[in-house]
Amino acid sequence: MCPQTVRNEAPSDDKRWKIINATMRRNGDDSHALIETLHSVQETFGYLDDVALSYVAKSLRTPLSRVYGVATFYHFFTLKPQGEHSCVVCTGTACHIKGAQALLSAIKGSFGVAPGETTADNKLSVISARCIGSCGLAPAVVIDGNVMGNLSPQTLVARVEREIG
Amino acid sequence: MPSDELVALKTKAEQRNRANRICVCTAASCQSVGADRVHKAFEAEVNKSQREEQVEVRAVGCMGLCSAGPLVRIENDETAVLYRNVTEQDASALAQSIGRAPVERLICPTDVPFFTRQHKIVLANCGQIHPERIEDYVAVGGYEALYRAITEMTPGEVLADVKASGLRGRGGAGYPTGLKWQTVAKSPDPVKYVVCNADEGDPGAFMDRSVLESDPHRVLEGMAIAAYAVGANLGYVYVRAEYPLAISRLRLAIRQAKAANLLGQNVAGTRFEFSVDIRLGAGAFVCGEETALLLSIEGRRGQPRPRPPYPAERGLFGRATLINNVETYANIATIVDRGGASYASIGTERSKGTKVFALAGQVKNTGLIEVPMGISLREIVEDMGGGVPAGGRIKAVQTGGPSGGCIPNEHLDMPVDYDSLQQVGSIMGSGGMIVMDESSNMVEVARYFMEFSMSESCGKCVPCRVGTYQMHQILSRMLSGCAGPGDLSMLEELTRAVGETSLCGLGQSAPNPIKSTLRYYRSEYEEALRKSRPSMPLAEEGVR
Ligand SMILES: Cc1cc2nc3c(=O)[nH]c(=O)nc-3n(C[C@H](O)[C@H](O)[C@H](O)COP(=O)(O)O)c2cc1C
Ligand code: SF4
Ligand code: FES
Ligand code: FES
Repeated sequence: MCPQTVRNEAPSDDKRWKIINATMRRNGDDSHALIETLHSVQETFGYLDDVALSYVAKSLRTPLSRVYGVATFYHFFTLKPQGEHSCVVCTGTACHIKGAQALLSAIKGSFGVAPGETTADNKLSVISARCIGSCGLAPAVVIDGNVMGNLSPQTLVARVEREIG
Repeated sequence: MPSDELVALKTKAEQRNRANRICVCTAASCQSVGADRVHKAFEAEVNKSQREEQVEVRAVGCMGLCSAGPLVRIENDETAVLYRNVTEQDASALAQSIGRAPVERLICPTDVPFFTRQHKIVLANCGQIHPERIEDYVAVGGYEALYRAITEMTPGEVLADVKASGLRGRGGAGYPTGLKWQTVAKSPDPVKYVVCNADEGDPGAFMDRSVLESDPHRVLEGMAIAAYAVGANLGYVYVRAEYPLAISRLRLAIRQAKAANLLGQNVAGTRFEFSVDIRLGAGAFVCGEETALLLSIEGRRGQPRPRPPYPAERGLFGRATLINNVETYANIATIVDRGGASYASIGTERSKGTKVFALAGQVKNTGLIEVPMGISLREIVEDMGGGVPAGGRIKAVQTGGPSGGCIPNEHLDMPVDYDSLQQVGSIMGSGGMIVMDESSNMVEVARYFMEFSMSESCGKCVPCRVGTYQMHQILSRMLSGCAGPGDLSMLEELTRAVGETSLCGLGQSAPNPIKSTLRYYRSEYEEALRKSRPSMPLAEEGVR
């Protein structure tokens, strides 16, 4: 095996690549570290672009096809940049029973975006999630990290409008 | 003889001990209604009145009755009073009530079935201890079972206890835990792994998450005991990336346990060695399936493979691997502590111990409960849950999530155990329990779950990949009034075919929600057909 791994040149001199390198090193610079590394990239850069995927593939000596296969298999990974604000609508069973669908329709009606989409002005990304642990407050939504419960379509739209200004 | 490590931690906890405690639930649900602000307000209040020496303000995990959050418990060694819907403005009155009369208007009665019918083992420390302090866990007897196991018992004796307990896997399938451990213990493989399944895929449930967030050391202790019993030195917890708080608490717990010499090399000065690492899931329900989960830990796409070989024979990196659910591990310390026979005295003939459920839906009291096996479903949803909020009639109770079924009102008197649930067409599942009232349309409920299974199918085998799509299409046609006369028999045929020929549990159990609703609510399907005009095109559906 290579004694002292010569690290591949990072795609840019963005300091944040150091974080990615550290994750790979901590996990033995091995293909087993692929998912952990992709998590690290997404956490650091917000999404996984081609540049990052190629860099990870090279660094972990893993075929790009496999890196791409893993990145697309798991819903958590996103290959597109996300909007400035996020609205996560819980579509878990309890929230479904209590009207999550109406919340999604209201969002679609007011902002024109469905789960997985971002508005054209890049302000808002809508994401659906499954059970965020607040079933007692169903239907629940997370706006920019803040959980809100017992929402009606009207209050939700008003809240989102206020957030994105 | 107690270990020096544990004695030191206990002393540390005692030094922090104050005569009075204000325990604020800061778990997910209470947090979303302002628990953090309440917690801060109490800290400021105690600080202002300079009573830090008499009063501790403690952030704790889920207290169970999430629908009444934020919950706060004010206690000393003799009494405890629970308060509900507490706001920042209440902090001052409540803090001043210490040593005086409680604040009546905020009291949450605890002599009601929701609390009195519970039997807490897994959740014993949830809402009691500070989840980020190992000394709190040790102060209530934590890690004593591990210490006793590795110093006073042989691996065989630990195994015997787990077998005698009758514990069955809490991840869904209910396989006897002792038997699984025995298979791994017997394997001659020189390298073995212990894996904890914290992927919690059921879309209406949060039991495992609560345990990890509220009492992470209990799970680590269970895993360490398991490792000792089966002869493993390395373990992994596979947690959903969607649970950031659970992940950070678990990380902290592992660091603390290592620092306290309760994980790592020479645990508590013995020759036993066990390390734990965390692996993050990435939002694929199918990765809860054990063979897919193990592939995911290896950094691959999580697609199930045929069994046998079972993970106990050939699992992670091709090695003998013990894989259990969070709640399964959370029972272990108690079993070793009190003995397998004592644990087996709880529950029914073939379902021992307790089960944690996340009770939600159209029910007054929602939250997290732990009940003895064998309790009736009606007791849970009507007595403990308080029935439908507006006083309506319960139509059905759904258990087992997308792999389970709907149990109609006329069966609510059945006991909750693995076999009875199966008899009525559902499963125990991992613990999601959703109450539905008359406003729920059962065809729509079936479609909801089918939509889930369809989008989570990994696509490896044809019956599941194509069959879930076809079933979803038929249900959508029925709901939008454009189903044809042959659709119902086609649906029934598909449920049979997909169930019988799919490779893994996802496909095999995906038809269950349809099967159970067809069994009890067939008229709703027939009604949908009667209203249908097949010529109508199905809105917004392309051909795949
Ligand atoms: C599609 C599918 C999803 C599953 N999801 C989970 C899960 O989220 N959590 C879990 O503990 N077990 C899950 N299981 C069951 C596991 O495969 C496995 O049986 C379990 O982790 C074994 O632990 P136990 O014996 O302690 O229950 C799932 C199974 C299937 C087929
Ligand atoms: S049954 Fe479904 S989830 Fe399971 S292997 Fe086949 S396609 Fe994948
Ligand atoms: S189902 Fe939405 S929070 Fe649990
Ligand atoms: S989250 Fe506070 S009681 Fe459950």
